[in-house]
Amino acid sequence: MNHRVITCILCPNGCELEVGWDGEPTTQSVEVLGNLCAKGISYALDELTHPERTLTTSIRVRGGVQRLASVKTVSPIPREAVVAARELLQPMVLNAPVAIGQVVVEDVARTGVQVIVTRAVASQSDPEQS
Amino acid sequence: MTEQIREFDVAVIGGGPAGLAAAAAAASQGAQVALIDRNSQLGGILNQCIHDGFGLHAFGEVLTGPEFADRYVRRATDAGVFLQSNTLVTSLAPSGEIICSRYGQRKQLRAKAIVLAMGCRERTRGMIRIPGYRPAGVYTAGTAQWLTNLANVRIGRRVVILGSGDIGLIMARRLTWEGAEVIAVIEKLPYPSGLPRNINQCLLDYEIPLHLSHSVTCIHGKDRVERVTVSRFDETGTPVAGSEFDLVCDTLLLSVGLIPENELSRRAGVVLDRTTSGATVGASYMTNVPGIFSCGNVLHIHDLADWAAEEGERAGASAAKYAEGIHGDAVVEESIPIRAGDGIRYVIPQRVSRSTDQVLMSFRVTEPRGKTTIRAISGKAMIGSTQLNKAHPATMVQLRIQIEDLAGPVEVTCS
Repeated sequence: MNHRVITCILCPNGCELEVGWDGEPTTQSVEVLGNLCAKGISYALDELTHPERTLTTSIRVRGGVQRLASVKTVSPIPREAVVAARELLQPMVLNAPVAIGQVVVEDVARTGVQVIVTRAVASQSDPEQS
Repeated sequence: MTEQIREFDVAVIGGGPAGLAAAAAAASQGAQVALIDRNSQLGGILNQCIHDGFGLHAFGEVLTGPEFADRYVRRATDAGVFLQSNTLVTSLAPSGEIICSRYGQRKQLRAKAIVLAMGCRERTRGMIRIPGYRPAGVYTAGTAQWLTNLANVRIGRRVVILGSGDIGLIMARRLTWEGAEVIAVIEKLPYPSGLPRNINQCLLDYEIPLHLSHSVTCIHGKDRVERVTVSRFDETGTPVAGSEFDLVCDTLLLSVGLIPENELSRRAGVVLDRTTSGATVGASYMTNVPGIFSCGNVLHIHDLADWAAEEGERAGASAAKYAEGIHGDAVVEESIPIRAGDGIRYVIPQRVSRSTDQVLMSFRVTEPRGKTTIRAISGKAMIGSTQLNKAHPATMVQLRIQIEDLAGPVEVTCS
């Protein structure tokens, strides 16, 4: 039987999952101990088969009251795609104003996942900003 | 020209998660509330915490720091809070008079109740006394986070991080994504001080080594950091001779602890706790100065913004009641002490009065433990307990007790 200890990253509890499985890891074959909730089981299976992470980074803003707007992938993307996605976003420049939730990229690094703005940046000329 | 003094029921100092939540909670009870913050944007440190992991407790979803801040800014705005950014409080009197500086102009306001929510600042190199030159390239982790995430400054290419606090771990991943090489994270204690999930997703994912029971014992380089010497430390906290090794780097980040920012509180006569460096409070979060409340990181360092905001909500609601004339917390001298017993580092609040029904205690264990039983004892009776699968100093624990059960001072212990 294969065995691995995985720390769950889905919430601050950070459950230490004792994961065991025979042959290929599947919903049927994987046994999880140490999880405080059901999410721990699917997380363990995902970690064994296709680990995913959320990318959070910043993109430059032209004409804004801040230089950068923070962005994130709306859902986790394959872990091996994170660095590539970051590199694709690096040269981008947004025009102020930008709003929270604004879509920056529809499908980042062929993951099918959107990248959205997480912090509003007003225009330098916006009178709302005192 | 006579200066106009604005009057409020509640004034909140500091617009991070605790202050915003406190202001919204007080205003939703009908109080006239002002919130004062020195930065141009509200949200406090959340604005530079662009990573996710916020909001699971408060909103039931995973948010980034700026999104979490935005939710609370909206909540405060919708509740009718008078939000005053770009304003620095320069003095606070026990009577509730606040003097501020706003664009160089002196502003004055008065409130029946004050909520302190000024947050904390980072421990610096000077405070941990690392020998060596004073080259460029030594940053606290939070400053590095601000430079990277908000100022668009590249801080270095080869980075060593001293201290395994969460900000340091988050920055290890962040700098890796930014193309820097993070050589190692060095932790003086035999266990990491950040959350386990951050060890996993910030260090293990990128194969960044974590050296426990080690610390930086010399910084080399005259103009810019060139390398650091790392030594192993024994159980007594002494460097082990012959264990030294050098790491070549151009940048050293320090993630070595946070200190509540209590200068204003002290000058207003607020008594501080020697363990937390924050105020001593009763169950309503009122300090020893009547009408002055404290919450969030200025009261004690939190591991989650969600907890800081929740504490802010409770403190803000108490402040609104106080402004209405409902002085729940009796005189400090008449209240019952709550103490940290075996295995517990501190307990918030430090006292409770008979005028409340129940109290939610927040506390931390002194060192990592496996299966743990937390007990609250008053007189000779156990008045509350909780079981934990594991306990870690990085993770705050909470326990609610009923005041009618009290038969003298309360002690919280773990075994």
